[in-house]
Amino acid sequence: MATPVIDGSRRTPVRREPGARRRRRGWAAWGFALPFTVLFAVFLVLPVVSSLYMSFTDMRGADLRDPLAVEFVGFDNFATVLADDKFRQAIGNTIYFVGVAMPLTLALALFLAALLNSGLVWFRSVFRVGFYAPFVTSIVAVAVVWRFLLQPEFGAVNSMLGLVGIDGPNWLTDTTWAMPALIVMATWRNVGYYVIILLAGLQGIPRDLYEAASLDGAGAVKKFRSITVPLLRPTLLFCAVIMGIGYLQFFEEPFVMTQGGPLGATTSVAYEIFNQFGFGKYGVAAAMSYLLFIAIVVLSLVQFRLLRSKA
Amino acid sequence: MTTPLAAPGTAAPVVPDGSPPRHGRGRRRLTGRLTGKAALLNLALFVGLAASIGPLLWMVTSSVKPEGEIRQFPPTLLPDEVTFSNYTDLFSRLNFPQFFWNSTVVAVVVTAGAVLFSAMVGYALAKIDFPGRKLLFGLVLATLMVPGVVTFVPLFVLVANLGLINTYAALILPFLAAPFGVFLMRQFMMDVPDELLDAARVDGAGEFRTFFRIVLPQTRPALATLAILTFLGSWNNFLWPLVAAQSADMYTLPVALALYTTGQNTVRYGLMVAGATVVVAPILAVFLALQRHIVQGVATTGLK
Repeated sequence: MATPVIDGSRRTPVRREPGARRRRRGWAAWGFALPFTVLFAVFLVLPVVSSLYMSFTDMRGADLRDPLAVEFVGFDNFATVLADDKFRQAIGNTIYFVGVAMPLTLALALFLAALLNSGLVWFRSVFRVGFYAPFVTSIVAVAVVWRFLLQPEFGAVNSMLGLVGIDGPNWLTDTTWAMPALIVMATWRNVGYYVIILLAGLQGIPRDLYEAASLDGAGAVKKFRSITVPLLRPTLLFCAVIMGIGYLQFFEEPFVMTQGGPLGATTSVAYEIFNQFGFGKYGVAAAMSYLLFIAIVVLSLVQFRLLRSKA
Repeated sequence: MTTPLAAPGTAAPVVPDGSPPRHGRGRRRLTGRLTGKAALLNLALFVGLAASIGPLLWMVTSSVKPEGEIRQFPPTLLPDEVTFSNYTDLFSRLNFPQFFWNSTVVAVVVTAGAVLFSAMVGYALAKIDFPGRKLLFGLVLATLMVPGVVTFVPLFVLVANLGLINTYAALILPFLAAPFGVFLMRQFMMDVPDELLDAARVDGAGEFRTFFRIVLPQTRPALATLAILTFLGSWNNFLWPLVAAQSADMYTLPVALALYTTGQNTVRYGLMVAGATVVVAPILAVFLALQRHIVQGVATTGLK
């Protein structure tokens, strides 16, 4: 039997082996892969494909038991959806949310990570845990808390604003202020996750680079722009992509905080998909889902272009 | 192999290696300036920390306040009077024990299954050359970015046709196949030395024995990270249980809390805060107990 030579320098993950043995290992490999593959095919790949199929049909809740008997309607759902004022408003709201919450979260996370990376921090692990804690909590649960904090009469936010003489609005029922309130809440919950990742990235930058730059007379801003940002680019890219995917699916905050209101001011695309599903318009909901999916892919590709390391 | 995930400086909140030199010329003046700067920097971080965990602390303390004190203006942080009536009502009148049980069953089974299946397929993808390997991994990568909102409508149709709506199976099965978990496990399985596997085979161990005896123990930190992240994700999951659980006896905690807090106009604030605490407290406890693992694991998933 040909036993592979033990060779410390070889690190190829997969090797060619003689026929019979390879076949046996192939069977074993599929044995390992089988439970995942079956579930993956049934509960993920099939829905992704049938979602596309559904988006070209007039499937409704009544067709639930017989999904193949539905009428094929071409691009009708997409046309209807894109002409619908409510869906357009939802697109606008989602762009508003992502466009503000994403830079805000990223900038705040980078700022906090940079502070934590300084050698002068006293209790780094306490801060890291504290910043990360909101991220592990259920949005539904923290929404309860935030509705109190934002409560117009006895909420903590307006109480504090009152201390400096500002008469705070009724955040969640004001068409102007509802979305900013949700943006602040989402930023509060998510920022800690990105602090952890960016901090790990910052710690990977060799300190002598900064020291050398200092010797050359570079100031803090110059060092940040010429050393930190370029070397952190892959980490920033990872953060931006993950955040974009998450924020574009913005759903739970409006569901629990505002029910999409007031007057649709916080209705996101995902929330509208859920509404259409609730009305039993599966074809329409599937078309909306695919538009959102395309938006997610496009945003990720744009980010890759903008942020990939410039060789 | 105990800390391959360790990000530098995780354990020690002290000055890491290579930080600005504290000794040398003008030491005293430099130290004076540094402490001033350090105080300012730490103050800024403390403000951030207060904003970060303040709402969570307020939630926990308010859950034991009487109804009147919660509505009091200005709000109090610590309760003047401690009462557990919110919790007793929550558990006796609102069926929260059932919701808690549902959440626990789903999260435990999803975590165990997803971690095991991800590790198995991750091992095959990383270490065995088999027909279809590239295709399978390609599909896994392609579905990494597919969001839950894209699949939930057809998934609902599928699960309804399987007759599984409103069952534990509906809440569990779709999450046992986790592309992210497979991706993560494959990355870590690549680091398991081939020599170890070869040695096991020379000793006559079969593939499955090798996997359970050699490979799994080698990747324990990655398994722990994946288990924690999966548990958190399952416990907090909202959209799918909202769709798939249709009667109150199948609700998970977030679904029950959301429907209770948004469904009615006259709600008791104390009950809502206590309910929120019940949802958050177990996860926060797990997080605090395992925080080093989580923080390191998250930091590495970003770098892998």
